[in-house]
Amino acid sequence: MRSNNNIILETTIKVVLFIIVLFSVYIFFAGHYYPGGGFIGGLMTSGAIVLLLIAYDIKTVATILPVNYRTMTGIGLLFAIGTSAGSLLFNVPFLTHAFGHIEVPVLGEISLHTATLFDLGVYLVVVGVTMTIIQTIGEDE
Amino acid sequence: MLDIVIRIALFCLALAMVALIYRVIKGPSMPDRIIALDAIGINLVAIIALISIELRTNAFLEIILLIGILAFIGTVAFAKYLEKEVLFERERDQ
Repeated sequence: MRSNNNIILETTIKVVLFIIVLFSVYIFFAGHYYPGGGFIGGLMTSGAIVLLLIAYDIKTVATILPVNYRTMTGIGLLFAIGTSAGSLLFNVPFLTHAFGHIEVPVLGEISLHTATLFDLGVYLVVVGVTMTIIQTIGEDE
Repeated sequence: MLDIVIRIALFCLALAMVALIYRVIKGPSMPDRIIALDAIGINLVAIIALISIELRTNAFLEIILLIGILAFIGTVAFAKYLEKEVLFERERDQ
């Protein structure tokens, strides 16, 4: 058995991981006005988790991120169906979204849109499905 | 003036890509091909930057960072596969 001394890889990934996660969060929130959105943000987040899986092993990553990705997919689908069916409560057609400018104490005036919640559902589904595929393939010997 | 400079730089990068593709096809060993593919990714970053100057848009700047990250993940994955012959270990031996 060869030695398991990949300290350069582990240290690099400890630094790079945060940049990738920050970039994916940025691309998720920028999706309304700039290129990006839930899909590519979710793919970048799962890319960061794949990098963790490469540097460490499946058991360590399950300890670092105790997330059941199948549940995550379900929650994402619930977000999508909830934001689109919520419009029915206000007597408007399915998938009608609401938006508005809201005064927040610290941040000032920000524009909020329920399409962001729909996008959050897409994000969770993409992360969940990608990680389920990768972990299922990676686990069998 | 800038237009001509960008065209010349794009031509040089295209030549570099052709040389790298020659290395990918010909490369005697697997690490040669992997390093050539990594360099192709970095060349692609440069080409996208030049094209976004040419088109006078900043819509592609995310793609630059994205390709950098993807090239890194791909190269690390290939390197680990060559070293350990398994990509995701179930449990690390200490």
